[in-house]
Amino acid sequence: MSGIPHDHYEPATGAEKWLHSRLPVVGLLYDTLMIPTPRNLNWMWIWGIVLTFTLVLQIATGIVLVMHYVPHVDMAFASVEHIMRNVNGGHMIRYFHMNGASLFFVAVYMHIFRGLYYGSYKAPREVTWIIGMLIYLCMMGTAFMGYVLPWGQMSFHGTAVITGLFGAVPFVGEGLQTWLLGAGAVGQPALNRFFSLHYLLPFVIAALVVVHIWAFHTTGNNNPTGVEVRRGSKEEADKDTLPFWPYFVIKDLFALAVILTVFMAIVGFMPNYLGHPDNYIEANPLATPTHIVPEWYFLPFYAILRAFDDSVWVVQFASWISFGIIDAKFFGVIAMFGAIVVMALAPWLDTSSVRSGRYRPMFRWWFALLVVDFIVLMWAGAMPAEGIYPIIALIGSAYWFAYFLVILPLLGVIETPDTPPATIEDDFNAHYGHVAPKGEQPPVVYPAE
Amino acid sequence: MSHAEDHQGTRRDFIYYATAGAGAVVTGAAVWPLINQMNPSADVLALSSIRQDVSSVQPGSQLVVLFQGKPIFIRRRTEEEIALAARQDEGLDNMPDPLARNENLPAETPATDANRAMPTPEGFPYVPGEWLVQSGVCTHLGCVPVGDGAGEYNGWFCPCHGSHYDASGRIRKGPAPENLPIPFAVWIDETTIQLGEEAS
Repeated sequence: MSGIPHDHYEPATGAEKWLHSRLPVVGLLYDTLMIPTPRNLNWMWIWGIVLTFTLVLQIATGIVLVMHYVPHVDMAFASVEHIMRNVNGGHMIRYFHMNGASLFFVAVYMHIFRGLYYGSYKAPREVTWIIGMLIYLCMMGTAFMGYVLPWGQMSFHGTAVITGLFGAVPFVGEGLQTWLLGAGAVGQPALNRFFSLHYLLPFVIAALVVVHIWAFHTTGNNNPTGVEVRRGSKEEADKDTLPFWPYFVIKDLFALAVILTVFMAIVGFMPNYLGHPDNYIEANPLATPTHIVPEWYFLPFYAILRAFDDSVWVVQFASWISFGIIDAKFFGVIAMFGAIVVMALAPWLDTSSVRSGRYRPMFRWWFALLVVDFIVLMWAGAMPAEGIYPIIALIGSAYWFAYFLVILPLLGVIETPDTPPATIEDDFNAHYGHVAPKGEQPPVVYPAE
Repeated sequence: MSHAEDHQGTRRDFIYYATAGAGAVVTGAAVWPLINQMNPSADVLALSSIRQDVSSVQPGSQLVVLFQGKPIFIRRRTEEEIALAARQDEGLDNMPDPLARNENLPAETPATDANRAMPTPEGFPYVPGEWLVQSGVCTHLGCVPVGDGAGEYNGWFCPCHGSHYDASGRIRKGPAPENLPIPFAVWIDETTIQLGEEAS
């Protein structure tokens, strides 16, 4: 791997040399694990490990659940109850899988907002960012299709709503929706294929994760200062970095242990807190639950979907300029997907010369507002679509788009950033004091008398 | 690839284009069945019509039947509901969807209540406009609206995203773009309605 200069794997024994000249897999693992990592990474740099762990957790529990689950409209609901009541330890395995999805999204939102604050998306890490967005899209697809499988009321009618989004596409929408569902409505064909894809997509995610890691191992990690690791020589690079193993692995595992303590408490004591009681009622095509709500992690985007109706002037304008092809329904769909697209385009929308938000006095306030906006949208998405809530959702949606399309490009021009430290070493020493290089005695410090 | 700059066709160019062309065709031919298998299968397409006994439906109540996997509302309206739907015709010019969306009538038919209610043949013991047969799928994103005079227009209300339909099933407020569509429906006898066209 190119990038930051560091020691590479040298096979020592005869057996190692034999394997290395045939398949350099040990070298690949060594270089990946020993990658020089900026020594000033803070606690927001732990979510990658949490996400990797969660992916493995979901695949492992998922494969086990499939051994007992039946993807048939008459038996799916009963087979999930069978897992809950009859299968040895089945209830725990299912609760792990169910809440694992929530852990996955908590971690991915922390990871994404970390990247947005510290400018991790900016050059030269655009490809890492785009792959990350693709992973996020795959996660949403997987989570949505997984939610269909228990065949409860929310599963069924949520599917009707979400596949209805594709029906909103002009001209081809109805055909597209029928193709997705394999029928005019949600039924056996949809359940069967969603089961197949729910099993497939996690492996696509796993492959994308490898590419994601490959990309940022090529550019090197970002860090809280946004200052690049010096690459002039190995000595310089060593002052800015420490190897991933053992320093960051141990730190990340400690953080993972803390997070899993909370996770276990939720799985053990309140496993249905994040779910909806309606999904413990078997799917009934003839009655919709009075209040359809997606899982919490979709709520901000669900709020954006619902925010745009005929009374909003941008919707009227879009309809007028497209000769009525874009109606309110299609506009909502465009807005929902657009909210993710503008986020993916952040590397090209952010014009600031300074990478990290730590040295951008104006940016920090707008970013804090974006975080608040995300939480407000999540709350608005859970509320019924009447009264004051659609207006709140509309204001929240407007800010989401304004942040990426107006504020990020403008700030680069009007903001005067602070001066970041010259090197990562400076930043590290300012926080933790001078650390003696190997062989040198640390200076003796006498406390003031 | 020195031959690539050579403007004269060579055997190598020919083989290159022939292989690439054959590869593209074969890939397309292999992918299409994989895509097409997701379209509705023969047994799904075969369920094109059903006959429904409506003798048990009292005025002011609604029967929900499953037709082609989707709910159909068969409502027997009271005199008050028929009168309300007729009064609501006055708002026709300002409705989001001015078309009847009735499969039994031409596509351009305006959305008056008379064009949406199911006609009753001579001699049947029903008031004109008493029966309203329509899809029970919200035209926004496919939830099943709540009936029995729900919503601001005393017809149907979709709880998912707040679409209000009037007593004739016309969209009046909210994100849904179209009136509830009316499927092909005919009377077989005084108590039986057939939904969908007879499979030929």
